[in-house]
Amino acid sequence: MLFSLLLILMKKRFEPKENYLETKKKIGYVPRKESTQATYDRIGFKSGLEVHQQLKTDEKLFCHCPSGIYNESDDYDAELIRHMRPTLSELGEYDGTALMEFKTRKEIVYRIKNETTCTYEIDDTPPFPIDRKALGIAIEISLLSKLNIVGEVHITRKQYLDGSIPTGFQRTAIIGVEGEIPLKRKNIRLIQLSIEEDSCREISDIGHVRTFKTDRLGIPLIETVTYPDCINPDEVKEACNYIRFLNRSTGKVKTGMGSGRQDVNVSCRGGTRVEIKGVAHTRLIPELTHNECFRQWALLSIREELKKRVKDISKWSICHKKLNYYNFNFRYTPVTEAWKKQYKIIAVNLPEFKDILSHFTQPGKIFADEISNRLMVIACLDKPNMTHSEEFKSVISLKDMEKIRKILKAKDNDAQVIFWGPEDDIKTALETIEERCRMAFEGVPNETRKSFKDGTTIFKRVLPGADRMYPDTDSVPIPLEDEYIEQLGQNLPKEVIDMYHQLKKWNVPEDTYTFIFKKNHFPLIDRIIKELKIDPRFVGTFFGHHLKFVEGHHIPAAEFKYSIIHAMFKFLKEKDLDLELAKKILPVIYEYPKIDFESVLTVIKYKKNSKEEIFSHIPFLKNKFRENRKSAIKKDENDWIMGELRPIAIGNLPLKELYVAVNKMK
Amino acid sequence: MSDDFFQGYKGDALEVLKKFNTRVWGQAVIDTTRGKFNGTILPRAENDDDKHIVLKIPTGYNVGIDIKTITEMKETGYKKASYKIPEKAFPYTPGLPGVKLFGTGGTIASRLDYRTGAVIPAFSPGELYGAVPELADICNLETEKVFAVFSENMGPEQYKKLAKAIGKEIKEGIDGIVIGHGTDTLHHTGAVLTFMVQNTPVPIVLVGSQRSSDRPSSDAALNLMHAMYTAGHSDIAEVMVCMFGPTSDEFGLLHKGTRVRKMHSSYRSTFRTIGDMPLARVTRKEIIPIKKRYNQRRKDRNVKILPFFSDEVTMLYYYPGMKPDALDLLVEAGYRGVVIVGTGLGHVNKELYPAIERAHAKGVHMYMTLQTIWGYVHMFVYDTGRDMMAKGIIPAGNMLPEVAFIKLGWVLGQTDDPEEVKKLMLTPINDEITPREPYNGYLVYQGGIPEVEDFIRRVHK
Ligand SMILES: [Zn+2]
Repeated sequence: MLFSLLLILMKKRFEPKENYLETKKKIGYVPRKESTQATYDRIGFKSGLEVHQQLKTDEKLFCHCPSGIYNESDDYDAELIRHMRPTLSELGEYDGTALMEFKTRKEIVYRIKNETTCTYEIDDTPPFPIDRKALGIAIEISLLSKLNIVGEVHITRKQYLDGSIPTGFQRTAIIGVEGEIPLKRKNIRLIQLSIEEDSCREISDIGHVRTFKTDRLGIPLIETVTYPDCINPDEVKEACNYIRFLNRSTGKVKTGMGSGRQDVNVSCRGGTRVEIKGVAHTRLIPELTHNECFRQWALLSIREELKKRVKDISKWSICHKKLNYYNFNFRYTPVTEAWKKQYKIIAVNLPEFKDILSHFTQPGKIFADEISNRLMVIACLDKPNMTHSEEFKSVISLKDMEKIRKILKAKDNDAQVIFWGPEDDIKTALETIEERCRMAFEGVPNETRKSFKDGTTIFKRVLPGADRMYPDTDSVPIPLEDEYIEQLGQNLPKEVIDMYHQLKKWNVPEDTYTFIFKKNHFPLIDRIIKELKIDPRFVGTFFGHHLKFVEGHHIPAAEFKYSIIHAMFKFLKEKDLDLELAKKILPVIYEYPKIDFESVLTVIKYKKNSKEEIFSHIPFLKNKFRENRKSAIKKDENDWIMGELRPIAIGNLPLKELYVAVNKMK
Repeated sequence: MSDDFFQGYKGDALEVLKKFNTRVWGQAVIDTTRGKFNGTILPRAENDDDKHIVLKIPTGYNVGIDIKTITEMKETGYKKASYKIPEKAFPYTPGLPGVKLFGTGGTIASRLDYRTGAVIPAFSPGELYGAVPELADICNLETEKVFAVFSENMGPEQYKKLAKAIGKEIKEGIDGIVIGHGTDTLHHTGAVLTFMVQNTPVPIVLVGSQRSSDRPSSDAALNLMHAMYTAGHSDIAEVMVCMFGPTSDEFGLLHKGTRVRKMHSSYRSTFRTIGDMPLARVTRKEIIPIKKRYNQRRKDRNVKILPFFSDEVTMLYYYPGMKPDALDLLVEAGYRGVVIVGTGLGHVNKELYPAIERAHAKGVHMYMTLQTIWGYVHMFVYDTGRDMMAKGIIPAGNMLPEVAFIKLGWVLGQTDDPEEVKKLMLTPINDEITPREPYNGYLVYQGGIPEVEDFIRRVHK
């Protein structure tokens, strides 16, 4: 006994944390802030986008339920249950995801609210004809995206077995293919644009039960898909913004929370296309794509290492043993809890996987996490579902670990996973572990991943292929005549890239552009400038800075419309008032848009003062400042006097002119 | 090139394909006035126009190309898709019951048919096992395609053929029978088999699906499992319809073939027992009886096959203001039996009386059923009812209109003697007329009522 303990101590202690740091260094991980194009060229960064945008229509795409009314998760009228079963694609193949999802044996629960869901959404009634308004908007956006418009729209069923759509497929149709969007420095090619029905919102996913609500289901959505033309994370963000701004420039898309989402595809040189699903905000894109590219780079490094160790992969396999709880001294709460629930505790030996489990994959993540997440999704084992021989902080005692190794007849270069779960799920769990480890010999698995705010991702499901498409036997093709498309092409908004160049020409500061495009304010700005002949830079800044500030700090009245800003400037122009006054008026009309402008002037305590009257206060204020002199600096004096005079000066003369006068006076 | 190269294309579209030397399943690059497209040319549904060519683009989606816009088209490759449901030999497991599945053309398992753009069934045990492997844990399966017609095309010839096939199979010792059937007339077939296959020693289960099995949420697989389980393991030796209980994937209901009716055009839980309770609930693991009394499974093979059916029977759905010629014309056309579907307790207007008298005089058998679906015909309450009975109309109790039609067809296939017909019609074979209606035999809940809403929220519909 003592002898064996000594043997353990004599062996060089393996430090997983060190291994993590070492492997991180070995693959050349660089934080994004320190990365340059050279960094991305080194690992072969490649990325493309699938940008989703809800369309502004009154009704859903294939039924007459209202579009855009949401309800709380516990506010529902009925529940129903479905199971999804893979079916053959049109070309006679089963899809990979399909089979994996089937393995998970999930019971899908739908929570239905009568107000927003009819028998169509839950697949108890065939579809009604497609919403023509939505179709028109999709064609307009396709034209703006320079896509080749199809001659006939074919509704296709795209299989989703995760339950996000009760039918098990999404009805979707291509509107155009092969387009292009111009970025500042290059063009990004578009593969296609489709119109589709939005999916359910997930409420929870625990064990074998996944719960959805159906309020969002069926809202018209378009998806713009780009080629993987982006070669660094910032380009991906720029492309994403461009597509979103283009969509918004029509004024015919929804703009609330969750009305625009994107999936980002990333690969590194030698890697695989991995799809990061449902990125809520474009600002998260750079960090996510950066980390995903390096994760793939790390997986390739793992592959090289494993190839060195295992010559014949076909002979590689895991072995496992059920652990008898009472033979060990388990103190780790999840394990003791699992035992109480009569879960099985299984130890698995992974030959030649030493220091692979703790290999760096993403900041703060190691290879073992890849296994754990797959156990959660595929085998339905809620986390924490496992521990292993390379935890940074071991949760199993050295002695127990040694015992486990012995039971498994593990060799020095092996690694061990200990997982727990209900008996029925053990078989799938073991298959999942073996499968993921085998994939490590191949490199990067084809998968979709779920994103987190910290820039990391976890496994979501196997990436579906083109095999999950099937013609919708409930719909007939819709021909698109030349005349119809020409007619839609006549009322298109100005292109985003042209607006961008125009704002530049007007010398509007660049930090306002995102806000202006996001809110589609360009047409209004353009109108104010052209009709009222106001300095473009002033108007652009007024929107991009002042309006943005007001929106962030005030709650608008329901009646507030942006066009009132035009009326405000018109009023100021006609009354020959200084335009600076607009900054004080805006917060008032934002909250009380029904008050007439004259009354607003009273509210903001505006008094008409002549220039001379205002200037006449300067000598008095100078004396006052010098009396209580706190500073001898001229600028401080000027600033203080400006502060005193600003309230009565605004609207009566430009502040610049006042400053010149203050400064001039001795 | 043979016609097979242009599956479904006709007229102008066909000319364009020929002109550019391209065919179905050819990979093509197409230049159009709307830009370039490339993909695989797919067959076109026969009912679609001749102005477009269907293309499967590389992302897997289908699009149509307007032939007017095509300037150039080039075939760059050719790859015919071989659409096949994976076929795996259905394993034989000693100890499991033997079940025979008869195919009639329903959509229990199906695949796409390009010609019609609709789905066509797949059927062999191997195909079924490929699609629903769980079946192998339930029974040892044999299949036989008796014929392939859509549910709405089922008729007397099919009924007789099916009854004979069932009789033969029972004699040969099968443990249970499942009939895959389109859902539209599933209940008609349920009724006719009850009359044609009497005293069955084994379960005879009719099953279909409300959502074709080409969609992941289809009810086909679960219905099939329920039906196979019932056929192989249940103790109920009757003709039954097995379909979803709630719209959720939870359990199936076993309905008597004579009391069941399709009540919704598209819901999964469309089949309901009318005026009574269903026989039982069925899951993938057990049968939970609802009715205490039923015909039990037997070891003997003493089944009676009575494959008779006259097609000289019709139905007359009464509406206010119906003119006598509506009935006269039927009689003139040679119909010997008329099932009238009357209003309320079983009424038609006085204007029809002369026609009823004429029909009766010609020996036409007339039976009264109800538009209300639920309840009994009751012709003694008002004078009009008494008048009608006097004129030869016989009330059919609470027999469902469709069942009365089927039964009259079956009866007239055997006899024309009015007394004999009446006796057969009014003597129930398996509850087509019941002596009493339990209080829970009629339940149509009304949405919006708080108690009902509360119930729906708690119990899966
Ligand atoms: Zn709806």
